[in-house]
Amino acid sequence: MHLHKYEKIWLTFGIGSLVLFLAVLGVAAFAFGQQPPSHMASVDSQNLEDTVFAEPGLDQINEDTYRARIVALTYGYSPDTIEIPAGSTVIFEVTSQDVVHSFTIPGTNVNMMITPGHVNMTEHTFTEPGEYLVICNEYCGTGHHYMQMKIEVTP
Amino acid sequence: MLQSNLAYKLPLTEEPAHVASKDAKLSFVHVVVAFFAFLIGILGGLLQGLARGGIIELPAWLGYYQILTAHGVLLALVFTTYLIFGFFFAGMSRTHGAFSDRLRKMGWAGFIITTIGTLMAASMIIANEASVLYTFYAPLQAHYIFYSGLALFVVGTWVAGAAIMAHYFQWKKEHPGEPTPLFGFMATATLILWVVAGLGVAATVLGQMLPWALGMTDEINVLLSRTLFWYFGHPLVYFWIMPAYMVWYLVIPKVIGGRLFSGSLARLAFILFLLFSIPVGFHHQLMEAGITEFWKYIQTVLTFVVVVPSLLTAFSIFATFEQTGREQGGKGLFSWIKKLPWGDVRFFAPFMGMLVFIPAGAGGLINASFQLNAVVHNTLWVVGHFHLTVGTTVILTFFGMAFWLIPVITGRRLTKSMNRSGMVTTWLWTIGMFLMSGAMHILGLFGAPRRTAYTTYQDHPQAMSWFEGIFASHITVAIGGVILTAAGILMFYNFIYLAWFAPKGETEFPMTPDPDDTPHTPALLENWKLWIGIAVVLILFAYTIPIYDMIVNAPPGSPAFNNLIR
Repeated sequence: MHLHKYEKIWLTFGIGSLVLFLAVLGVAAFAFGQQPPSHMASVDSQNLEDTVFAEPGLDQINEDTYRARIVALTYGYSPDTIEIPAGSTVIFEVTSQDVVHSFTIPGTNVNMMITPGHVNMTEHTFTEPGEYLVICNEYCGTGHHYMQMKIEVTP
Repeated sequence: MLQSNLAYKLPLTEEPAHVASKDAKLSFVHVVVAFFAFLIGILGGLLQGLARGGIIELPAWLGYYQILTAHGVLLALVFTTYLIFGFFFAGMSRTHGAFSDRLRKMGWAGFIITTIGTLMAASMIIANEASVLYTFYAPLQAHYIFYSGLALFVVGTWVAGAAIMAHYFQWKKEHPGEPTPLFGFMATATLILWVVAGLGVAATVLGQMLPWALGMTDEINVLLSRTLFWYFGHPLVYFWIMPAYMVWYLVIPKVIGGRLFSGSLARLAFILFLLFSIPVGFHHQLMEAGITEFWKYIQTVLTFVVVVPSLLTAFSIFATFEQTGREQGGKGLFSWIKKLPWGDVRFFAPFMGMLVFIPAGAGGLINASFQLNAVVHNTLWVVGHFHLTVGTTVILTFFGMAFWLIPVITGRRLTKSMNRSGMVTTWLWTIGMFLMSGAMHILGLFGAPRRTAYTTYQDHPQAMSWFEGIFASHITVAIGGVILTAAGILMFYNFIYLAWFAPKGETEFPMTPDPDDTPHTPALLENWKLWIGIAVVLILFAYTIPIYDMIVNAPPGSPAFNNLIR
């Protein structure tokens, strides 16, 4: 099979950049821990009262770190508001009690799928005070566009 | 980069220049269903754009998610699939000779099964018993007739696909040792991809959703159903783009008066698409729990391999343009560009599609970029992305195709005024899409969600800002949608005219002469058993361990939620 000289240059450049690009993604992921949310814990979505999600809410872990256990449901979240001081890091552990949802804070990198039976996890540091909107960006039924909660970040 | 100008002729293959009339009829019914689905689909899109922008309010009997389901199913599944099969039946008849009566009957059987399935699914969408979007979303549960209809749809396409592949392999058997015609080779690669990918959707529909919707099982494994869907959902996009590439590789060179640059590279590109479009579905599930980072990364790497055949294609197409422009007297670095037939819709519409594929492909790289996906996942950015890829690149290529395919199979001629109408359609579509998709991309970066009806989230300032941007606004999306609808209605008119009212006459099915390197086609490229074997190995490698894990370590399943969709 004949490869034209220009085509060889074109492919070498293309494949070379591809390898470099994938290496950057891989190093960021496996050396610096910038991984997509891929938590492996599972729960019984129909019996959340027997799990750590029986009483969802905010726990303070240390001075500026919190854990927020949140249950996504049609059409909202439990709890529907959490309040933290600016500068706090929040570890979000979220599951669903019914169908597939998402837990998404527009304007941040917090954006993960919430599938029933699984707990998904991510964290975010809120440096700026304000009222953050949390929305579901995965279709979950006729009231999907009403599904939201708030994160109050106090100064 | 001139290669030899001597057109190579295959020894004594009696190549019929026409599509046999019985095959033309089979092709025509596919095209007719495609364009009627297209018309309803784009009207659904118009209503969505206007409703989401807060410009109109939908009547109580029509749900936003209902028309969203209809829009997705009709355009992404029905329109594309029917048009692709119409193209394949006509093209195979043109390049491999008329279908035998037996195979043509099989083609008709496939058409009938697919159409029954389509009508079943459509009736459930109209009845608002199936607003689960075309991505299914278990444990939301649609009516069992919806799932049965989709299963029939897929099975019908397999029957029709089997007829086309049998026709190809019969040619291969009758011409031992010869390289097969490129059209048949590419159609076969596309259909093998479709069948192998379809196994995933068939498995989730027949094995999970249908028994569950019929009440035979109480629970469904949600993660498994999503994984099986995306095992199918990503190659689905290659099922759309590969026929568009066939138009670029095989038809466009002839339309511009030239010849394809290299046949072997074209074959290699299609083999690579077949191998690397299936074991990659996890890049649609990067933000999901229950799949480890390791397997997500493996599939991300496999995803990016499609860059290689894409680069091959880009090179081949533009090399063909340059070669042709120079053969026609174009000189200097760029003046050959002037020699291309810019006023011919059969060239211009697909060309605009190619141009759009540059930003569209770049957006695709961003989407698949592992951790970066968090920024855009399920935002309007993604909707903007696939309205460029399938909604512009593929659609404009198919529009361009319609202007010769329909006259070929109806025995009519493309008139000058129809060509002009096609040019206007192309411009309108491009402008409308620039506004709509451009605004969607930026809104997505600002966090605006996809698959979401009109909402201001209790007038939250962030959500309000999605309506207030000068360009980045739901209003721009709606305006783009209106222009696109105008273009779509014009295209429907073009279709009606070409199908039933254009003057009778002879139209050529444009097909590139065999490229210079045809006799040197490596036999390895034609070894289908080998390629299917490698495809299977790659799929097993990418999916076995994660799917085993999903089944063995599955959480308790989900019951049905069928009240949430009404």
